[in-house]
Amino acid sequence: MAKKESTFLSMVATLFVVTLVAAGLLGSVFALTKEPIRLAELKKKNEAIQVVVPGFDNEPSQEVERIFMDGDSLYLYTARKGEEILGTAVETFTNEGFSGEFKLMVGFASDGSIIDIAVIKHAETPGLGDKMEKGKSDFSVQFMGKHPDSFNLAVKKDRGDVDAITASTITSRAYCDAVIRAHAAFMESQKDK
Amino acid sequence: MSQWKNFSKGFIKENAVFVLFLGLCPTLGVTTSAVNGLGMGLATTFVLVMSNLVVSVVKNFIPDKVRIPSFIVIIATFVTVVELVMKGYVPALFDALGLFIPLIVVNCLVLGRAEAYASKNTIWSSLVDGAGMGLGFTMALTVLGAVRELLGSGAFFGMKLISGDAMLLFILPPGAFIALGYLIVLANMIKEKTS
Repeated sequence: MAKKESTFLSMVATLFVVTLVAAGLLGSVFALTKEPIRLAELKKKNEAIQVVVPGFDNEPSQEVERIFMDGDSLYLYTARKGEEILGTAVETFTNEGFSGEFKLMVGFASDGSIIDIAVIKHAETPGLGDKMEKGKSDFSVQFMGKHPDSFNLAVKKDRGDVDAITASTITSRAYCDAVIRAHAAFMESQKDK
Repeated sequence: MSQWKNFSKGFIKENAVFVLFLGLCPTLGVTTSAVNGLGMGLATTFVLVMSNLVVSVVKNFIPDKVRIPSFIVIIATFVTVVELVMKGYVPALFDALGLFIPLIVVNCLVLGRAEAYASKNTIWSSLVDGAGMGLGFTMALTVLGAVRELLGSGAFFGMKLISGDAMLLFILPPGAFIALGYLIVLANMIKEKTS
């Protein structure tokens, strides 16, 4: 078959058909993957909550409180076992990471002390900043059980109490920034109760 | 040219990374570990095979002057399909590669093969060409990732061989350039010996 001539009509028709087919295909793939993507994201969130406030038997992702702060929103999930409140998981963020924004999940006990911290999403340098992830180094362990009132959430270089990750002071500072924001949001939500 | 030659040219003789220097942005960006390189390579291979296939099927229906925009739409469609499927079914891999998946659209390798090969050849040879070039690209990315992971964090496919840090430089961007440079030397030595 001979190659088609490039007339105005043929060009318009071709592009129309190509984009129409592409749009149809994308629409159906999107519809197919919508549910798995939602479930995958929910599972990740639940796993993070499970790490920072272990032992709950409700669905914390159903019990969400939203607090606006510094131009973005933080989400607070209440973890319960039966009637007793085990703690609150706060999904927090910072924009001061070495590669921009990253997100943490911080678990607070009802007295305001930190239970544990997990990283949800980040783009920090592999091998350096990503040591803030649990299991890659013991950086996050030093926050466990500390109360932000008595434990100064700043790296030692800034006269705080936090041991920074070697060669990743910026990441460590951003991590503290996110935790401080989480604590502020937690205090805010406690005020209403 | 036999189909076997057509397939195998992507590995050494016309390797996308070591010889043609195409698609270097994802090459340098994602290869911090062997697994990331492998994942990126396979995602690119899928897009390359599918876009070569479709382009060679529709090549006679597309007027010359709107060739490039049509190819880009076809490639972008497959990239988005890969992105959605990865997000839904392998979220861990998506977290590592997420940023680079949209970049496959502008990977010169994909458009280059569509334009230079698939728009002039039969469906079957275009398929073989796409698979060969894609797997050659995957091989290059995996090798580069393995070298950087081994030197930079002392691990091989995620298994730690030493405790603590190794030469962190190799995980960082300069290490990508250094490792790639030496791998190109190596690939050229092999190429000269075989020809």
